[in-house]
Amino acid sequence: MIFTKPDKTSGAGSVLFRCGIFLPGTVLGLGLVVFSLSLVTFFAFRHNDGSLLGRGWTGSNFLTILTDPLYVRIALRSVILAGLATLATVIAAYPVAYCIAVHGGRYRKLVLFLVTLPFWTSYLLRVFAWKIVLAYNGVLNSFLVGTGLLHEPSLAFLNTPAAVVVTLAHAYAPFAILPIYTALESMPGSLLEAAADLGARPLTAFRRIVLPYSFPGVLTAIMVVFIPTVGDYVTPALVGGPQSVMIGSLIEMQFGRANDWPFGAALSVAVMLVIAGLIALLRKTEAGKESRL
Amino acid sequence: MRLPVIPVRQSSSSGMLLWAYVFCYLVFLYLPICLIPLFSFNDSIQAAFPLKGFTFAWYRTLLHNEGVRNALFTSLKVGLTSAALATVCGITIAYADVFVRNRFSRLLSFLVKLPILIPGVIIGIAMLIVANLVGIGPSAGAIICGHILLAMPATVMVMHARFAGISRSIPEAAEDLGAREWTLMRRILLPMAAPAMGSAFMLAFLTSFDEFIIAFFLTGSQPTLPVYIWGQLRFPRSLPIVMALGSVILAVSVVVAALSELIRRRGQNA
Repeated sequence: MIFTKPDKTSGAGSVLFRCGIFLPGTVLGLGLVVFSLSLVTFFAFRHNDGSLLGRGWTGSNFLTILTDPLYVRIALRSVILAGLATLATVIAAYPVAYCIAVHGGRYRKLVLFLVTLPFWTSYLLRVFAWKIVLAYNGVLNSFLVGTGLLHEPSLAFLNTPAAVVVTLAHAYAPFAILPIYTALESMPGSLLEAAADLGARPLTAFRRIVLPYSFPGVLTAIMVVFIPTVGDYVTPALVGGPQSVMIGSLIEMQFGRANDWPFGAALSVAVMLVIAGLIALLRKTEAGKESRL
Repeated sequence: MRLPVIPVRQSSSSGMLLWAYVFCYLVFLYLPICLIPLFSFNDSIQAAFPLKGFTFAWYRTLLHNEGVRNALFTSLKVGLTSAALATVCGITIAYADVFVRNRFSRLLSFLVKLPILIPGVIIGIAMLIVANLVGIGPSAGAIICGHILLAMPATVMVMHARFAGISRSIPEAAEDLGAREWTLMRRILLPMAAPAMGSAFMLAFLTSFDEFIIAFFLTGSQPTLPVYIWGQLRFPRSLPIVMALGSVILAVSVVVAALSELIRRRGQNA
């Protein structure tokens, strides 16, 4: 290791350089990330009295979340909708990741780029596009009526939980494809050849070799899709309607109209706890799977 | 958006089927997005088929709209500042993680990647609380802080990949010849990593330029473009203008993302 001893090259300049190197990271990591998350946690245990820092200590914010049927229902709905969206995203993405990794050849980089490109476009606009597609006088309805499949435009597309799931699955597609692709990319092609030589049917080879090989990638995909979707605000607000209010909208409300910051902070902490629980669960699943192999 | 000609690499029918599926998937991915530019040229307030006729009118309205111009200016200001700062942070954190490698550098690179695991709404409200406590309140400065956090994971990863790819013998040779760390970084490592820096900057800019939810919480008197669009969504009459503006934003995103990818690939072979 070359740079481990700054005093060897010595001098004030070297120490200064070290400080300079660590300064931005310290300001961001400790100053912003740790400080702001601690503040959110601090707020979650305060009474709301409209002042900047709240008043006194309390656990009532969390009690409300756990016992009030309204909040329990919204929390459950968030987890279910995000779970469905994650499931749909990962299942739809799997064959694409597999195809790029196994049959990609020289088109591998191009297809990967095409798949990830939408991720770098505005999320708001991608959701807005679905609003145009699903609206009462929108693309899907005008198409269905124009071709005679429907007599009149249907209200059944926009403002439904299904619209939320489809839109989320569309928006987070690259998140699912990349980790699965990365896991499958390292799979040696000789494994499949060996399986075929030993008489395994393609389906058996897929179930016994490909699926276990891609397992860590699938777990990562589940994680990186579920996390942003469970707290999503834009999609339920634009295409979900009143039947799909999710926890993100609830948090936004506390910092907007309801003006109850401590309760909003408690909701945020609850979401982060759910996410931490999911990550722990996935880690454990992965560890268990590896020990069995 | 042109879709690729699907290559047929193998004769087996399962491979063909898979490629057909990939093609459909890409159509599903791009079709809704392509509707925005399509309808931005449509001579009608409604976004529905059949198309009514071709017009540039919505783009002309866009040019003379003061709200759009102000929002564009705010977006550029916030985007360029946060991208520059995020790139500097990405360089230093990745440098410490690759070349210094102590417990503190590992802790920092873990902490700055943490925002990946937190939904945007929560980052937004956390920044809002901090901004109010510090006293700057919702403002462009607060948005910049939030966007740096959001862009950090990508810039650190891009810079980390580049630094880790530099052969150890190069900095060792420089050190043997008496170069101090600062000289080594300025004269050798940074020039070698220049393409990665450009790529990281562009990705950070895009992250900020397209970001809505954090800016939504932290916007004071000057909205960014996505926040401006959000405000216009309530008015059915401004739908075509939103689509014209959306098309411009999409075009910027696609061009910058493609450039960033090109630069990064070139840089890796250097």
